[in-house]
Amino acid sequence: MTSHIAPVKLYLTVFIALLVLLAVTVAASYVPLGRFNVVIGLMIAITKTFLVMLFFMHVSYSGRLVWVYVGVGFFWLAILLALTMADFLTRWWPPFLGR
Amino acid sequence: MPDSRTIIAHQFDDPVQQHESSMLGMWVFLATEIMFFGGLFAGYTVYRVVHPAAFEAASHHLNLVLGALNTGVLLTSSLTMALAVRSAQTGKQRNTVAFLITTMLLGAAFLSIKGLEYYQKYTDHLVPGTSFSFPGPHSHGAEMFFYLYFAMTGLHAIHMIAGIGVVGVIAIQAAQGRFTPAYYTPLEVTGLYWHFVDIIWIFLFPLLYLIGSRV
Repeated sequence: MTSHIAPVKLYLTVFIALLVLLAVTVAASYVPLGRFNVVIGLMIAITKTFLVMLFFMHVSYSGRLVWVYVGVGFFWLAILLALTMADFLTRWWPPFLGR
Repeated sequence: MPDSRTIIAHQFDDPVQQHESSMLGMWVFLATEIMFFGGLFAGYTVYRVVHPAAFEAASHHLNLVLGALNTGVLLTSSLTMALAVRSAQTGKQRNTVAFLITTMLLGAAFLSIKGLEYYQKYTDHLVPGTSFSFPGPHSHGAEMFFYLYFAMTGLHAIHMIAGIGVVGVIAIQAAQGRFTPAYYTPLEVTGLYWHFVDIIWIFLFPLLYLIGSRV
């Protein structure tokens, strides 16, 4: 089989980067940033997800079709969250004048 | 030297196509898993918007040290799983088995720590139900947080238990010499599942343990 074999050093580098990001996200929770705490937490989680998917799950050496399947999974999740929140975030908006 | 397990099924042209089909099939399954957990994440988002202060207060009753430790344990298990696949690619059978067993042990360590946390929540009266007790104005919202906490981490734990079982079967097959550098598809597919369960936890950790700031 012609699969790509990544060097052990790459896996160790990714692992150390993941642990550093874990330390950063825990440290950030001790800094009062208001609503930016959740933004930082999610940005770090998304970065970690990219590292795991690209290297541990071999997406970076997989074919374009795999990229499409991965993207579709997250796209459908985005539809689920966007349509749900389009309802719940707007329920408490003031009613239109005259109604 | 061909053996019975490297022969390709008749619907495929060559081993590469057969391998890629298995990987694509697994990614389709993982896409359905994203939606499976996605329902819980959507429910979580709705209730966090409805009860922001209660979610922050309840989140601070989770044990951050154990949560962060468990994240580290799970990230380490993903490394050993990736190295198990790499050992199979390079034909190092003993290393493959050793890394798979390490992965299982780390998974069991994760579940043990999770069990300890569940026990602490039980003794602290933070399990939703008749004995739930959360003094202060946020009792209702905090109970909703803990419903979601147990549902999301519980579904994740069920995936971990299934994953440990599957890794065990793969470890036995690896010890029997079923995988070669030319054929290790079941091992790689199992790795995809393990890393996916790791990614779910990567999101559960900040969403459950790190709401607001702990100052």
